[in-house]
Amino acid sequence: METKRGYRQVRTARPDDIGKTIKRIFSYMFKNKWQVALVIFFILMSSVTGIISSYVFKPIINDYVVPFIGQKDPDLTSFAVMLSVMALIYLLGLLSTYGRSKMMSIISTGVLGQIRRDLFNHLQDLPISYYDTHTHGMIMNFFTTDTDTMRQMIADTFPQFISSIITVVGTFTMMMVLSPILTLITIGMLIIMLIITYVLGKQSRENFKIIQRAAGDLNGYGEEMISGQKVIKVFSYEQTIKEGFFEIAEEMRVAATKANSAANMLMPITANLSYVAFALSAGVGAYLTIQGRFDVGSLAAFLMYCRQFAGPISMLAQQFNYVMSALAGAERVFNLLDMPSEVDNGKVVLVNAVEDEDGNLTECDHRTGVWAWKDPENGNALTKVRGDVRFDHVEFSYVPGKVVLKDISLFAKPGQKIALVGSTGAGKTTITNLINRFYDVQKGTITYDGIDVKKIKKDDLRRSLGMVLQDTNLFAGTVMENIRYGRLDATDEEVIAAAKLANAHSFITRLPQGYNTVLTANGSNLSQGQRQLLNISRAAVASPPVLILDEATSSIDTRTEHLIEAGMDEIMRGRTVFIIAHRLSTVRNSNAIMVMEHGEIIERGDHEQLLELKGRYYQLYTGKAELD
Amino acid sequence: MRRLFGYIGKYKWYTILTPIFVFLEVIFDVVIPIIMGQIIDNGINGPNGSDIEYIKQRGLLMIGLSFIAMICGALSGHFGSIASTGFIKNLRVKIFSKIQDFSFANIDKFSTPSLVTRLTSDAFQIRMAFMMIIRMLARAPLNLIISTVMVLRISPSLATVFLVALPVLSLGLFLIASNAHPRFKVMMRKIDAMNSDIQENLVGIRVVKTFVRSEYEKVKFRKSSDGVMNQQRYAERLVILNGPFFEFVMYSCMIAISWFGGKEMIRGDLTVGEFMTYLSYIRQILFSLMMISNCLMQIVISQASVDRMNEIIDEKIDITDDGNDESLMVEDGSIEFKNVSFSYFKDAEKDTLHNINLKIDSGETVGIIGGTGSSKTTLVQLIPRLYDVVSGEVLVSGRNVKDYKLKNLRDDVAMVLQKNVLFSGTIKENILWGKPGASDDEVYEACRAAQADDFIRSFPEGYDTELGQGGVNVSGGQQQRLCIARALMKKPKIIVLDDSTSAVDTDTDKRIRTALKERLAGMTTIIIAQRIASVKDADKIIVMDDGEITDIGQHDDLMDRNEIYRDLYISQMQGVEG
Repeated sequence: METKRGYRQVRTARPDDIGKTIKRIFSYMFKNKWQVALVIFFILMSSVTGIISSYVFKPIINDYVVPFIGQKDPDLTSFAVMLSVMALIYLLGLLSTYGRSKMMSIISTGVLGQIRRDLFNHLQDLPISYYDTHTHGMIMNFFTTDTDTMRQMIADTFPQFISSIITVVGTFTMMMVLSPILTLITIGMLIIMLIITYVLGKQSRENFKIIQRAAGDLNGYGEEMISGQKVIKVFSYEQTIKEGFFEIAEEMRVAATKANSAANMLMPITANLSYVAFALSAGVGAYLTIQGRFDVGSLAAFLMYCRQFAGPISMLAQQFNYVMSALAGAERVFNLLDMPSEVDNGKVVLVNAVEDEDGNLTECDHRTGVWAWKDPENGNALTKVRGDVRFDHVEFSYVPGKVVLKDISLFAKPGQKIALVGSTGAGKTTITNLINRFYDVQKGTITYDGIDVKKIKKDDLRRSLGMVLQDTNLFAGTVMENIRYGRLDATDEEVIAAAKLANAHSFITRLPQGYNTVLTANGSNLSQGQRQLLNISRAAVASPPVLILDEATSSIDTRTEHLIEAGMDEIMRGRTVFIIAHRLSTVRNSNAIMVMEHGEIIERGDHEQLLELKGRYYQLYTGKAELD
Repeated sequence: MRRLFGYIGKYKWYTILTPIFVFLEVIFDVVIPIIMGQIIDNGINGPNGSDIEYIKQRGLLMIGLSFIAMICGALSGHFGSIASTGFIKNLRVKIFSKIQDFSFANIDKFSTPSLVTRLTSDAFQIRMAFMMIIRMLARAPLNLIISTVMVLRISPSLATVFLVALPVLSLGLFLIASNAHPRFKVMMRKIDAMNSDIQENLVGIRVVKTFVRSEYEKVKFRKSSDGVMNQQRYAERLVILNGPFFEFVMYSCMIAISWFGGKEMIRGDLTVGEFMTYLSYIRQILFSLMMISNCLMQIVISQASVDRMNEIIDEKIDITDDGNDESLMVEDGSIEFKNVSFSYFKDAEKDTLHNINLKIDSGETVGIIGGTGSSKTTLVQLIPRLYDVVSGEVLVSGRNVKDYKLKNLRDDVAMVLQKNVLFSGTIKENILWGKPGASDDEVYEACRAAQADDFIRSFPEGYDTELGQGGVNVSGGQQQRLCIARALMKKPKIIVLDDSTSAVDTDTDKRIRTALKERLAGMTTIIIAQRIASVKDADKIIVMDDGEITDIGQHDDLMDRNEIYRDLYISQMQGVEG
């Protein structure tokens, strides 16, 4: 299947700027400095006890055993004291190990939680264009794969790294103390080890890149095919899809085998090389002992260190690739965090206001039903929110060069109902995207109560606009909670009143638990029409000065639509309404109807005027009127 | 986990070879400390004094053995990676295939993100565990056994220390692991919940933004992400006991052995070389145990993932066509519902469809009209057997739909879903879904009938225009037309259009219907619509209300006698006259 190429996401296995990324991870970890300090202390303690635990065999053998060999009645008191001291040291090491794991668990989960929250919070602030250009699967990846590898790196690799370094340095020092000559053997072996690690590491690194890409494909393909599965079933297309998946899975297997094989071989090779060093040291050590230049106790201790030395090094070698891909994931996460948030230079804010008899406005802090724009750059002057929206020679394109809206001028006076009709792709939804500033106009201006929308703070602008979209998004939660999403402080009574206006009350009460019925994430236990009714209820409870209905009733049958008409009229009363619909019966009684085609308004007027014009609207309308 | 081993398949040999080479590596490894002991005892403090020749010879032997062990180890690593990646591929493919075989009812049970997580993170966890099992679990017990035997041979009296330590360590590790398992399971569930919060937010981002609810969403997410964090800490609280507990046992052993071993050396029952060998083996034994416990931990952690895989594998597919006659084909487009009742949930108080009786002749055009939530969609989904009836039967071409192979049935019963989906790829690739390998002319033909040809050709790349996932770069009405074209490619005997032209303007809608009638005569067409105009000319119009068929007739009859229908009509016509 060629189509799967569509998922290729650029997911490299190697970070561009390792130093910067590591620094950034540290800045997360070091938020709580005493925790990190404690961890490092514990790591130090447990590594040092590990080193000492081998060294004690030298005095044990040389001072407490060898001198007594053959004695009939040896005095073992000092031996027992020695072992007690050892026990104490061990106890310390053990407690440090516990402390280290405990602190690491707290730090790593905390850092991860923080990163997840930062990611999520930042995503909320990104402009809508980000969502229009990235698939959900891609964004989900940040939260799953990328953060997961990061957690493992912080939780496992970081402490291992520190303890490895301490162990290597400590062991090396002890070995030097015991015997510089024998240490040379170990160094020689170490060099060979590093060369092998480098060679194998390179092979596996290259394949890790392929794995990352294949993993992206697999994720994307899985996500798309599982979410589109009902369609697949209807077309009995399962077999082809399975084959497509098999292909991606196989590609991933081949790369994974190569990469892992190199990584897997590394461990036994380094481990056994350390045996070679061990054997050489034992032989040479024995020779030196015979020569009298070394003693049995030191040899015993040295051989113990010899084994200890190799462990951390091969461990570090093995983790190299892992760290690289974790850092690459971290870098992706940070890149997302660095994406500029939605730009908002607006200063004008929306406030509740009281209007006295003379029409003077005073700001107040509770909901009055009257809103005003407050312009801090103009001495906090208040302008009443009336819902006057004007487009003045607006031009817009999503992709440079592909103009979607051409020279659009229109005005909606307060309380007017403005309809946008036209074939799909004519640019109707784009107009609403510009009013609420999901996108900003490139030419011309849009004003709201005489204020350029670019000067209004986005949040406040949107708060003053009620949008009901065709795609009904319900959230996991009760019906009540879903409607209340429109205004969080709405009382139960207000929610029910809104549902009644939208004619949703009757079906809600018939649900098993009425308003407390829990909706599943995709709301699959409701019909599309019922979901639209909930969406309208949500807007009704928000009760904003301007309403935008984008195909809000497309899945509601006309009879129900007729039934809710009275409620809709109530919802729309006194508000400026932009309404987009295919169904002309929905828009007929608008004050002005704009007929759009290819990004331009080709006809405008009310229903009667447009019929008289006998143009495009007339054609559309008679396509229906033919019923008679 | 054991059950999943069935998916090793053709990677069986590698799975067997891996532990074999591990075995060989371990044997060579185990011999090395003995030789070291011999060097000390016979080479340095030998009966004949020091013996340099002996040391040289034994030393070389040790190096040689190390190299052999190295090769064996490398091979086991290589085979292990082939086996584990192969195994996980098979498992992934199996899970994905199984998901593909799910019926609609099965699909409704799982959310997309949770299924995708199983294919990715869970699969990864299991691979790690599998690799551990075939490599470490072969190495560690073997190491343990051989080393124990050696220890017993060197000094049976000292071995008492182990006889005490072993059960203590095993029991402790076991207790930790078994108590941690349920905690990890809860954690995985919380991660799932968090992921669906994210997914929900991503899908509904426009709603979030228009209602300026990002603060609210942030608080909500904080709750679910804190839930994950706290549960993870809670689960790890047990796991982190592993290390200290192990150290406790190991250090205790070393002290005990130093004490008793020291005394034996003084008495002359044990040589220094033997003592050294002994210590070497202690390390090996304890490390083996540690390895086993790490393995067990990894298995415990992956057990949650394994359970989630098994959940899919065990999910009973409620619609199967096993044993159905492959040669049974849909001969014509007649449909009959006999006393059909249906509900989505077994314990629902009220049927979604109640006692439906309906007969549709081949080639008829049937309209279905009814209010929001009147179960129109549910009714038509029973025809291609997307759900099974609870009672009664649905016949297509005179045979119960349960008698057909699903592929045969669905090839002839095309359905354009209300919520339809296009896939990433070019327009042509999407259309070809209806009939893989069809000629370009067939594609154009279907698109012309669905009134899609014009707009497709208006794109710079025409039929080769790339669609984003979900067809995001074409408008809603264009998507619907592409979906209809895709269904028409099948040249089905029955086509069901479930509100499939809602975003298409009225005259295009009309042109589609005309095209269907003219070009695909003989095909049974079922149209669910909101617009009366879409069904007015149908041979039969079914009026549904609250899960029941309240009336069947032609437009004029229904106008006369059916109130709901008349209401609908008037509501759509209102204002036309005035």
